Amino acid sequence: MTRLLLRPKMPEQDPKKRISNFKEVPLGYSEEFAQIEANRCLQCADPKCVLGCPVNIDIPGFIKLIKEKEYRKAIEYIKEFNILPAVCGRVCPQEVQCEQQCILGKKKEPIAIGALERFIADWERKNSLKACPDCRPPNNIKIAIIGSGPAGLTCAADLARLGYDVTIFEAFHKGGGVLVYGIPEFRLPKEIVKEEISTLEMLGVKIEYNKIIGKILSIDDLRDMGFKAFFIGVGAGLPIMLNIPGLNLNGVVTANELLTRANLMKAYKFPEYDTPINIGRVITVVGGGNVALDSARVAQRLGAERVVIVYRRSEEEMPARREEYHHAQDEGIQFQFLTNPIEIIGDQYSNVEKLKVIKMKLGEPDDSGRRRPLPIEGSEFYIPTDTVILAVGTRANPILTKTIPDLKLTKYGYIETDEYGRTNIDDIFAGGDIVTGSATVISAMGAGRKAAEAIDEYLKH
Amino acid sequence: MPYKILKKQQLGTSGTLFEMVLDTPLIAKKAFAGNFILLRIDEKGERFPLTIADYDAEKGTITIVVQIVGKSTKHLSTLNVGDYISDVVGPLGNKIDIKKYQKPIIIIGGGVGIAPCYPQVKQLKKVANTIYTILGAKTSDLIFWRDKFARISDKLIITTDDGTEGIKGFVTNPLKDILNEEEISLVIAIGPLIMMKNVTLMTNGKSDLPFVETVVSLNTIMIDGTGMCGGCRFPTVDGEFHFACVEGPDVNGHTVDYENLIKRSIRYSTQEKVSMDRYTNQCRSLTKLKEKN
Repeated sequence: MTRLLLRPKMPEQDPKKRISNFKEVPLGYSEEFAQIEANRCLQCADPKCVLGCPVNIDIPGFIKLIKEKEYRKAIEYIKEFNILPAVCGRVCPQEVQCEQQCILGKKKEPIAIGALERFIADWERKNSLKACPDCRPPNNIKIAIIGSGPAGLTCAADLARLGYDVTIFEAFHKGGGVLVYGIPEFRLPKEIVKEEISTLEMLGVKIEYNKIIGKILSIDDLRDMGFKAFFIGVGAGLPIMLNIPGLNLNGVVTANELLTRANLMKAYKFPEYDTPINIGRVITVVGGGNVALDSARVAQRLGAERVVIVYRRSEEEMPARREEYHHAQDEGIQFQFLTNPIEIIGDQYSNVEKLKVIKMKLGEPDDSGRRRPLPIEGSEFYIPTDTVILAVGTRANPILTKTIPDLKLTKYGYIETDEYGRTNIDDIFAGGDIVTGSATVISAMGAGRKAAEAIDEYLKH
Repeated sequence: MPYKILKKQQLGTSGTLFEMVLDTPLIAKKAFAGNFILLRIDEKGERFPLTIADYDAEKGTITIVVQIVGKSTKHLSTLNVGDYISDVVGPLGNKIDIKKYQKPIIIIGGGVGIAPCYPQVKQLKKVANTIYTILGAKTSDLIFWRDKFARISDKLIITTDDGTEGIKGFVTNPLKDILNEEEISLVIAIGPLIMMKNVTLMTNGKSDLPFVETVVSLNTIMIDGTGMCGGCRFPTVDGEFHFACVEGPDVNGHTVDYENLIKRSIRYSTQEKVSMDRYTNQCRSLTKLKEKN
C-alpha cells in the first residue's frame, strides 16, 4: 500500500461568512479524516515529534489508539501528558514544534498532530464522556496557584493528581487567563476553555475568582492560611506602548483592551452585553504577532470596512503562526510590511485621523537573529484611519512581584527561576510569561508541569 | 461567590443617589482611603470602578455611593438588600499618604465625589491634621453625609450651584477665600473633571494665589484595574501618559492634562446612550408585563 503524501485538509468556515461572525474558523476533522490521517503515521520507533513537544506527549501512542478507534483510551492517554488537549490542538504552533520534527514532513506533509489532538478532545466533549483523570488520595497539603492561565492550570492539574489540595487565585471573574481574555472566540471557543477547567474541578481544584494576589491577599496572608507552596503564573500582562506622539488620542487602544473587551466581556454582543466597543470604519493594527492578527480579525468581525496591519519587518520575519496569517489574508486583512509608525495624528476633537508611517528596509541581523529594520529617509506617508490598535508586545506586571520584595527579578521585572521554576524563595515557584516574557500557551504549560514536579519534590523533603 | 448587599439607602430625594453596604470581608480587611473596587453586576454586565467610600474590617463590609449616570449604575440602583452582585474586585489602586501636615488641609468633594473624601478625611484626621472640608453639588438635595463630615472636620463648608444650601456657586469660591486668608499645606479635590481642573487652576501658583500641592482622584474608564488594558490611561501636561488604575487613582493634580482627559472620558458616550435607552425601554416593558399579570 502506498502511503498518502498529503494530509486531509481541515474544513473551514467560508471566509465570506466568517468575517461577520465570531464562530470558530477551522471546523475540525471528521472521524473519516482522522482515520486517514492516523493511518498515515509511520509509528516511528524513535519518534522525533515527541522531542518537539514542550510537554513531550507520546504522540505516536495516542495516534495509534485513534487508528485502532480506541478513542476513549486515546483521550485518557493524552490527558496523562496534557490536561488541555482541546486548547492545545487548536492554538499550539505545531508547525514549529512536533509537526516540524515529523519525518513525513521531509518528503511532503507532516502528520497533522494538532488536528488529531483536537479531534480526540472534541470527540470526548461531543459525546459527554469526560471522566476524572486518575489521581492519588488527598494528602491535605495546601498549594496556591496564582493565575489561571495555561501555566497555572497545568501546574494545578498535575499537583491535584498527586493528591495536593490546590486552590487557584484568579484576578478576573472567569478562568483561563489569556485563553479567555486574549485569544478570540473564533480561534478558541470559550466554551472549550470552560470545559477544560471543569476537568480541573473534577480533580478537586478550587478556583477563587476576583482575587488579585498582592492586593486582597499577600503571599504572607496565604502562608498564614496554611498554604505550603506557591506557583506564580500571572502572565506578562502590561501592554508595551509605542514611543511616538499621539497616543493620548481617542481611537488609540492597546490590543489588550480591544481583545479583553471583545473576548472576556463579549463586547461584540453589545448592547446585549453591557461592555461597549468603538472601532470606526478603518482600522490600523501595529505589530506582526498572533495578537496583532487576532486584533485585526476581531476588528474585521466588528464591522470594519478596511483593516491594515502595519509591521516594521517583512513577511518572512513575522512571528505570527502561518496558519493564522493565511486565515487573515483569506478574510481580506491587508498587510503593510516594512512600515513603521512614527506619529498618530488627530482631528480637532482629539480623535485619530491618520497614522504617519515610514518605509523600512532590512539591515544586518540584530540580537534576535532577525534582520534589523531601518527607516528609509524621506519615505514617510500617511494611512487614514479611525482606530490604531497597538499590538507590539507585553511586559511583566509588577502588581504581585512588588509585594514580595525579596523575590529576585530580572532587570525587566520578570521572575528569575531555574529550569524547574524554582525562585530564590524556597516555597515560591513561577512559570509562563512572567518568567520568559510573551511566549506560547504550550511553553507556559510545560513550565507549569516542571514547576509541579519541583513543588512535589520540595514538599516531600 | 457573589457579593451580598447588606444595606441600601437612598441619599436625598432625587432618586439618583444611593448608599450601599456590601458583604466583602476580605476586601474590607485590606481597604484603605484611596482604594477603589471594580464591580460587575451580572453575567452580561460591564466592569466599572467605584471608589470605596467607607469600610469596616470587623464587620467585613465596604460602603459605596452610587449616582445614576448610565445603564450600569441605573441597574445597580434597582438592586435591594439581600440581592447579590456577581463580581467585586479590590481593593485596587494606591492608598493615600497619611502624615501630619504643618498647615491645614482642604478636602473638596463635588457631587458623588463627596463619598470618597470621607475615608481620606477620616484617616488624615487620625494623625491630628487640621481639615477644612468643602462639599459642593448642584443643589442641596444632592449633598450627603453632612453629619459624618462635620464630626471629623475642623470646618465644614457647603456650596450649591443654585444656592439652596450654604454658599451659592462653586466649591472654588470658598477655596479662594481660604487660600487668601491662610497658608494651606495640601488640597485634595475629588469630583467632576471640570471641578478638579478649576481647583488646580487656583492652586497652581499661576494666579495671584500661592502654590499649593494638590491631589485629585481620577475616575477613568477601566476594565481590569491591574494595568493590563491601558483604557484608564490619562494624559499629563508633559505629553506623557500614566495608568490611573495602578498609578492612581489619586495623582498630582498639577500634572493632569484635563482638556484631553475630558475628551477621553466621553469616548463611549454614544454607546452609553444606546445601552441606557435599551435598558429603560426594557424596564418599561417589564413593568407593563407585571401590571398585566
